Amino acid sequence: MGILNKIITAFRGGATEVGQSIVDANSTRIFEQEIRDAENHLTKAKRELTDVMAKEMQASREVDRLKRSISEHEGYATQALEKENEALAMEVAEKISQLDQELAEQQSANTNFTAHATRLKELVRKTERQLTDYQRQLSMVKTTESVQKATASITDSFAGSSSKLLNAKDSLESIKARQQQFDDRLVAAEQLADENSDKSLHDKLAQAGIGEQKSNANAVLDRLKARK
Amino acid sequence: MNIHTIANHLNDLCDKSHTGLQFDCYPINGEVEVLQVNIVGREEIPVFVSVTENQVLCISYLWGEDEVNQERRLEMFETMLELNIPMPLSSFAKIDDKYVVYGALSVQSEMQEIELELSVLSDNCLEVIDEMADFLK
Repeated sequence: MGILNKIITAFRGGATEVGQSIVDANSTRIFEQEIRDAENHLTKAKRELTDVMAKEMQASREVDRLKRSISEHEGYATQALEKENEALAMEVAEKISQLDQELAEQQSANTNFTAHATRLKELVRKTERQLTDYQRQLSMVKTTESVQKATASITDSFAGSSSKLLNAKDSLESIKARQQQFDDRLVAAEQLADENSDKSLHDKLAQAGIGEQKSNANAVLDRLKARK
Repeated sequence: MNIHTIANHLNDLCDKSHTGLQFDCYPINGEVEVLQVNIVGREEIPVFVSVTENQVLCISYLWGEDEVNQERRLEMFETMLELNIPMPLSSFAKIDDKYVVYGALSVQSEMQEIELELSVLSDNCLEVIDEMADFLK
């Protein structure tokens, strides 16, 4: 059974009350120990694998060398036979037989090393996979616990203070109202600023004698005179 | 990375915020330290931040089970599932009897990313309540 299932079961069972943990601290510790063991296992297997692979390469080189030596000696034996030196040919043949035996031994060793390396590679792969999975599960347990504890802290904090979590609609309404008030104030301020800047420009223009002038007695008199 | 480094960063932002929002942070003591992040103008719906071994969790409470119109509960669930992917950076969840939106970041995150996360989470939260109010009593 996976950890996800345990978490769900615990939730369904009502283990969500403050102080009640999904998985007790002790089993979390055991789990962490299992992860450390798996990590050690992995390091050891990897080191062994390197060793075996080196031996495998060595054996394979030795096999090549023996094969070359055998074919070389076969050439010598043939030449001795061609020269009808039966005794020498016999001596070479004995050497070849000795090399054959060595080759068989090295080939067998090589096969063993290859098989061992394959087994170790598989073990490393499996251990790595398991380790990733353990770490994922542990992270789930720890996150669940942490969220529960954090929730407890938040709940306690709000219970102990005068502030209180409003319900969703009311919260949104009051945020919106405040935003609206802020926006309204912004608009009002802009309007006011516009009016002020209009007015000050007007004043400057009037002072400079530009634009619509204030009516005064002289102007009226001039106008009346002009009518005549 | 802990809640205090986050609090210091956010409190020092003032006008240098990248998101146009202003943050006020208050640490809450407890077995797990939690940072209450109030966003100026949205104090009613704070974001709570906690830091675990490998992630920074940012959570905002939407509403309680008691606020849900029970006849439309299933419909609400479906809507939440449908919105889960389109909603940027945040997801729906339930803690005890409260529905939440939350975002999780790596503890290796930059402060600016946390700032963005908080701002988007808060925006999402307001929008979700606005859009899903029909499912509430």
